Amino acid sequence: MSPRFEPITGRYLNFDLLGRPHRLYIEEAGQGIPLLCLHTAGSDGRQYRGLLNDKRVTDNYRVIVFDMPWHGKSSPPDGWQNEEYKLTSRDYIDMILQISDALELDKPVVMGCSIGGRIVLYLAHQHAARFRAIIGLETAAHVAPYYDVNWLHRPDVSVGEVSAGVVSGLISPTAPDNHRWETLWHYMQSGPGVFKGDLHFYKVDGDIRGKVDQIDGRASNLYLLTGEYDYSCTSEGTLDVGKRTGAPATIMKGLGHFPMSEDPPQFISYLLPVLEKIRVT
Amino acid sequence: MIERIADLVNADPNIVRRGRYLSTTFMLEIGDAPYLVKIIEGRVVSITPGPFVTPSYSFALRAPRDEWEIFWRKIPPPGHNDIFALFKRGKLKIEGDMHTFMANLLYIKDVLAAPRKEAVQ
Repeated sequence: MSPRFEPITGRYLNFDLLGRPHRLYIEEAGQGIPLLCLHTAGSDGRQYRGLLNDKRVTDNYRVIVFDMPWHGKSSPPDGWQNEEYKLTSRDYIDMILQISDALELDKPVVMGCSIGGRIVLYLAHQHAARFRAIIGLETAAHVAPYYDVNWLHRPDVSVGEVSAGVVSGLISPTAPDNHRWETLWHYMQSGPGVFKGDLHFYKVDGDIRGKVDQIDGRASNLYLLTGEYDYSCTSEGTLDVGKRTGAPATIMKGLGHFPMSEDPPQFISYLLPVLEKIRVT
Repeated sequence: MIERIADLVNADPNIVRRGRYLSTTFMLEIGDAPYLVKIIEGRVVSITPGPFVTPSYSFALRAPRDEWEIFWRKIPPPGHNDIFALFKRGKLKIEGDMHTFMANLLYIKDVLAAPRKEAVQ
């Protein structure tokens, strides 16, 4: 294989986030409408590598992916050793808005998956005017705990391997092996307690069932895409949000909970028509 | 189907390597048919069919026969492709020593899914 750089730029942004100095890792590629992408719990921005590398997307969109604090190449804030990481809906919303402001994005499209697919419902509910469109991947208003998340952070269990074990079945059995194991690798690399801390939002704090009916899916330009193999955010959960908000909801064949990472070409074939619709609207 | 698990696991050096620190016996119930699966250092050394009088095991996985049969298809349909999917739908019961189960989750999932290697779509 001849050496080849990907058309992605990665930089560290130093700024105040959630009231504390942070060092945040951000990747981007392309030009045009800003598309701010949110990764899943316990993973990082590498999940969007397929999108950042796809010319059909980057010709018209400036794809921007950040690693949340504590995740990927972003550092936890100073003093992290003396606190327990727990993501809340309030911090997650503020984080997205503050990053968007710091990057001076003008009405970006925001797209999030899983916890990101949940928080975009909060954005559609409270901050729709700040976004040109909102895309929820693997969106459900609530997911009840179905296993004890304490297994994800304890010294007598390999944190990375149990995290990968918990999510492995959420990937479609039809996903190519290389993308499946890349997706699991990101989970294996997550810091101790980070996946569990994200799930505090996913399973406890981030229950938006009571507000879904107040979201205007058409006014907020909300789109929903969910993989048929996702048994965490189920097809039924997504279709219910679609029905209650008026947002178009699509169930994607041959995909699971990590569509952009487990099978990028398959996912992008579903995403391109949505991006085109947003572009011409 | 279940009898083939031992040969299929032991013939795959990557599965055996993933389970190299696990030695245990767990209970697998296919409908009303119980089996004890004995593992030593990642190799499945025996699969013993019941009935048992006083079986000793670390953890047990119990699901109806038709659920396992769909689970063992080459490409199972949504909701059937992973033990957690069965579990979330209330079709699989997991009980016993959860530490052994969770600490070796990726390996145990590979062992249970081994019959897919021979399944025809």
